[in-house]
Amino acid sequence: MPAPAAALAWWWAPLLPLVLIAVAWSVVVVDAAADARAAGRPGGFTAPARELARLLVGQRRRTVAADPVLGRAGPVVLVVAAVLAAVVIPLGTRPVADLGVGVVWFNAMEVLAWAAVWMAGWGPNSVLSLVGGYRFVAQGLAYELPHMFAIITAAVGAQSLRVGDIVAAQQGLWFVVIMPVAFVVFLVSAAAMAFWAPFDAPVAGDLAGGAAGELSGVDRLLFLGGRWLMLTAAAAMAVPLFLGGGAGPLLPAWAWVLVKTLAVLAVLVWARRRFPTIRMDRWTEISWMVLVPLTIAQALVVSIVVLTRGDL
Amino acid sequence: MDVVFWVLALAAVMFGFGVFRLNSMAQVTFSLLASFLAVAGLVVLLGLGYLGVVIVLMMVIEMVIMAVFMIMYMMNPAGLMPMAMYHNKPGAMTISVGTFVLLAAGILLVDWPQRTGTPAPDPTFALGRSLMGEQMLTTMTLGITLFATIVATVVLSTGRGRYDRLGGDLDADTSDDPLGGGVGR
Repeated sequence: MPAPAAALAWWWAPLLPLVLIAVAWSVVVVDAAADARAAGRPGGFTAPARELARLLVGQRRRTVAADPVLGRAGPVVLVVAAVLAAVVIPLGTRPVADLGVGVVWFNAMEVLAWAAVWMAGWGPNSVLSLVGGYRFVAQGLAYELPHMFAIITAAVGAQSLRVGDIVAAQQGLWFVVIMPVAFVVFLVSAAAMAFWAPFDAPVAGDLAGGAAGELSGVDRLLFLGGRWLMLTAAAAMAVPLFLGGGAGPLLPAWAWVLVKTLAVLAVLVWARRRFPTIRMDRWTEISWMVLVPLTIAQALVVSIVVLTRGDL
Repeated sequence: MDVVFWVLALAAVMFGFGVFRLNSMAQVTFSLLASFLAVAGLVVLLGLGYLGVVIVLMMVIEMVIMAVFMIMYMMNPAGLMPMAMYHNKPGAMTISVGTFVLLAAGILLVDWPQRTGTPAPDPTFALGRSLMGEQMLTTMTLGITLFATIVATVVLSTGRGRYDRLGGDLDADTSDDPLGGGVGR
């Protein structure tokens, strides 16, 4: 196994949020254009910029007996969690922080979304937004178990929790070929952790916006922006875990990471329009009765392959 | 390093104290979570990266679920009315401050022995080796005990068992459920 790649220079740390925002923004623009096309309007490419300006100057909505501490912390935590989760993703060959327990770190940061969405739903003292917050916790319980088995399968395949080692282990064959079930489950849970349709019940229209319903101005910008950043970080994590990281012909490693991330995001944006919202009680049964056994079987197969190869 | 230690240590104590000072169940829960996260940072400072990050992972999930249950079992369910987390304030204060002073005095006064061993080159690997090697019996006992507890708790607390769902002879074609699940049983 090759020596693990070192981390990027320290000044990449402040650049990472900007990179993440740039990738997310490009997808937001495409998504807005698709929205406009679906509605029969021309263009739509400038809609995100106008919405950004509107939210930046917008007033905070005040509700009776609100909990401003938790309500404002929620959206901030969502943004911070997405950026912190992204520090272990190799932007090319090297990540911003080359942690020995990178996979667990990603999992721990991404799970902060549970607290973030619940706090944002709790804050305004509004029934519908509180129901949205509770919906996300229920959804989290559904998606988290198969998600953990999926990412740990990639770590088992590489026999390392370091994301760089997982990329190195895919030099011969991408993990998406060896562990397709884990890859699909990871994509599904990436959508679910960003409460992205078909898992958008926590912010769905039947709750008048749910957890995001009472948010306005900067709070709303941070919450919806944090959701996009979380989706981008999760999609980018699929690249080193299952899609061979920066491996590819002609282009440099960073370009391949970007291309693959955008491809994964394209699938998620497509899935959002293709599938209707699924209720979290239905999804819990599918997740626990079907996906958990499938991912455990996948992990077992990968473990046996690793053992028979005699690498350990 | 020293600065990080003191910041995390102070944060852990302050947020821990916040559990007694704040008067909203939700804020109390997340104050306790912040205290745990500071402790996780201290564990990472000890060089135990895996344990520290797993503490973050487990505590976030656990405290969010705790918040749901704590608010559910409270006397004012929304928890937005002011409330106190403590009963018997003087007694609780005496016990907690006394315990803190006792432990702190112990840390400062005990004549700690010199370290003789050396840390493993990869603590995560050493931990896995230990759990799957000489500590296997402990791990399995713990795992089965926890699992049996979960099963027993669910069996004792569930209002509807399989006989309610599938009939006395368990031979109904479709189960009688208030809400249909996603698998279509």
